[in-house]
Amino acid sequence: MFRIFNRIRRTGQLTEPLPAAEQPAAEPGARCQQEIARKFSHSLAIRMVDAGSCNGCELEMHAVNNSFYDIERFGIHFVASPRHADLLLVTGVVSRHMEEALQRTYAAIPNPKLVIAMGDCAGCGGEFGVSYASCGAVANVIPVDAVISGCPPTPEQLLRGILELLQRS
Amino acid sequence: MNGGQEFNVTPGRVLQLAAGLAADGLAEALEPSPGLVARLSLQPGNWGRVAELAAQQGLRWSAVWGDHCPPQISIRAVLFGSDGHLLLETAVDEQRPELTSQSPFYPAAERPERTLHDMFGVQFSGHPDDRRWLRHQAWDENDFPLRRDFPRNGKRSTATTGDSSYPFPAVAGEGVYEIPVGPVHAGIIEPGHFRFQAVGETILRMEEHLGYVHKGIEKIAEGRDLAGLTRLAGRVSGDSSVAHSWAACQAAERALQVEPSSRALALRAILAERERIANHLGDMGAICNDVGFAFAQVQMSRLRELWQRQNLELFGHRLLMDRVVPGGVCCDLTPQQISTLQRAGDCLHRDIEELLPLLLEYPSLQDRLRTTGVLSPEDARRFGVTGYIGRASNLQDDLRRDAPYAPYDRLQVRVPAYLEGDVAKRLRVRGEEVLVSLELQQQLLHELPPGALRVACPPPGREVEGIGLIEGWRGEMLAYLRLDAESRVLRYFPRDPSWLSWPVLEVLLKNVIVPDFPVCNKSVNGSYSGHDL
Ligand code: SF4
Repeated sequence: MFRIFNRIRRTGQLTEPLPAAEQPAAEPGARCQQEIARKFSHSLAIRMVDAGSCNGCELEMHAVNNSFYDIERFGIHFVASPRHADLLLVTGVVSRHMEEALQRTYAAIPNPKLVIAMGDCAGCGGEFGVSYASCGAVANVIPVDAVISGCPPTPEQLLRGILELLQRS
Repeated sequence: MNGGQEFNVTPGRVLQLAAGLAADGLAEALEPSPGLVARLSLQPGNWGRVAELAAQQGLRWSAVWGDHCPPQISIRAVLFGSDGHLLLETAVDEQRPELTSQSPFYPAAERPERTLHDMFGVQFSGHPDDRRWLRHQAWDENDFPLRRDFPRNGKRSTATTGDSSYPFPAVAGEGVYEIPVGPVHAGIIEPGHFRFQAVGETILRMEEHLGYVHKGIEKIAEGRDLAGLTRLAGRVSGDSSVAHSWAACQAAERALQVEPSSRALALRAILAERERIANHLGDMGAICNDVGFAFAQVQMSRLRELWQRQNLELFGHRLLMDRVVPGGVCCDLTPQQISTLQRAGDCLHRDIEELLPLLLEYPSLQDRLRTTGVLSPEDARRFGVTGYIGRASNLQDDLRRDAPYAPYDRLQVRVPAYLEGDVAKRLRVRGEEVLVSLELQQQLLHELPPGALRVACPPPGREVEGIGLIEGWRGEMLAYLRLDAESRVLRYFPRDPSWLSWPVLEVLLKNVIVPDFPVCNKSVNGSYSGHDL
């Protein structure tokens, strides 16, 4: 037990400020928090759906929850049910086998709702595109509000993409 | 590490089986392709019988795939023995594609054979399960997407409905109830369906229904050049990008008789070990987190993040995608970068040596992990599961040691293995494999040979084929490639180790309580994408 406490003490706090924004803007994390405070009563709930990814995008989505990025500090959290969600974050091309599941998840999210297509697959079809088994980009199946490109987008790009959409909407 | 136990590798020998089959007239020996010990041509009627004999002699089943070369469909299977890999070949007529099944002797062949039916229309006599597998509702029962005449974009333009009619066996009995889960799960995870049949808290039976992320990888590979194929291979399963692209490139290089430089091969191995380490770190944290031990999750995700940042800084991609290219690699290391990596490696080694005992000795964590989700050594052998799952259940096979390819042929690979086969031992094997991989990385960095990063892969001028076999972090990974005269892909088949690990998840869940499903699943961690293709 002491060894664990000792390790925790030595590890210290890891959470970092977001890297400086490209635009001459205030620190984006703080701005995001303000947007969420104003539009979402301080809490933005995200439901993710993998509609046909290679699982690379999921790995980076996990990473934004690690102590370095700690996305929860801005009031953003991932939820288990679409009925609790404000935002749908979709990865991958939409495989035909997931087409209905994605539509049903989208329908289950209460209005008003936002949709982000994360990664090149979700954004434009990426390496897989359209085929007998794939509908290609997410926008071919449900309305999309923002695309975060990258294969996969880094945790930083993912955060920034969410922030940009919040500022716009 | 082995506690004085005697450990298994697959006992059968390929050459012995091959000689016996040839003597009995059951098979005809062909010139083995590079990387294989033997290659046999079989009559379709002997397909099942040969599997029966191979199983009796203790060979492990590895893969089966088809290739439509009108008017025939050629079928190939790979088996593994302690002396290496055996390729079996046969062909059936496209009008009457019938073959005897290998599933009665090798349960691992069951789903791949069902897939051969879905994709090529091959019928297996004696198969225990006649249900579809990868096919849901995106194409008709009488259409076979991997046949040459099936259009790449399919025959339907209407929306595809969900697959609610998949025939799960019904349960009956007092107090038995069903829990359907998925395809969309509660967490950040890939989609798939699990059907639980439970009494009270206890799982009587769990059945998987996969194929939700089937996106037609094999079909869209057709016609690609080698660079395009390698990019696609690196996305068969994003967490195994290095291993899949290495397997595909190895297959291509063997087909084209091209040998990358020893520097390029050493760099590939460094990338592959780094991929193994990153995944083991992430999953070790996640396994502990699934039983509420957040300390491990915080520590391991910290180490993983630092590791990935170094990937970006020194190799140019956090997940190391697109670093392996046909003929070599596209990244190099300066002496200064080498010492940076060595220092980071030492640092991680110290961290793991400190953290691993904490996890392995912490009573309330071990109480949850020990005897949970047990896969017996007999079942591991029966299903021929590879990687950490096999090793935690005493099946040690590791291609880096047992069928070594360059540069592992000049390295000593230590393979941790245990008998208990529970979640605790799968966690332990992965922790110890991190240490082994770190030692390998340090050794490779220390002796990084000179050489070109990339050699040319000139078009062969005729049709060629090759097989790649790589030890990915999940286990044995296979890629088959057939190229035309211009090096364009005629057929690409990647076999992710998840094909071998998904079936054992069903086995090790028997009598486990429903709340322990997440931790058992995480300890197996099959790739949905790598399986569904
Ligand atoms: S964008 Fe890249 S990482 Fe994300 S799912 Fe597609 S191929 Fe994988």
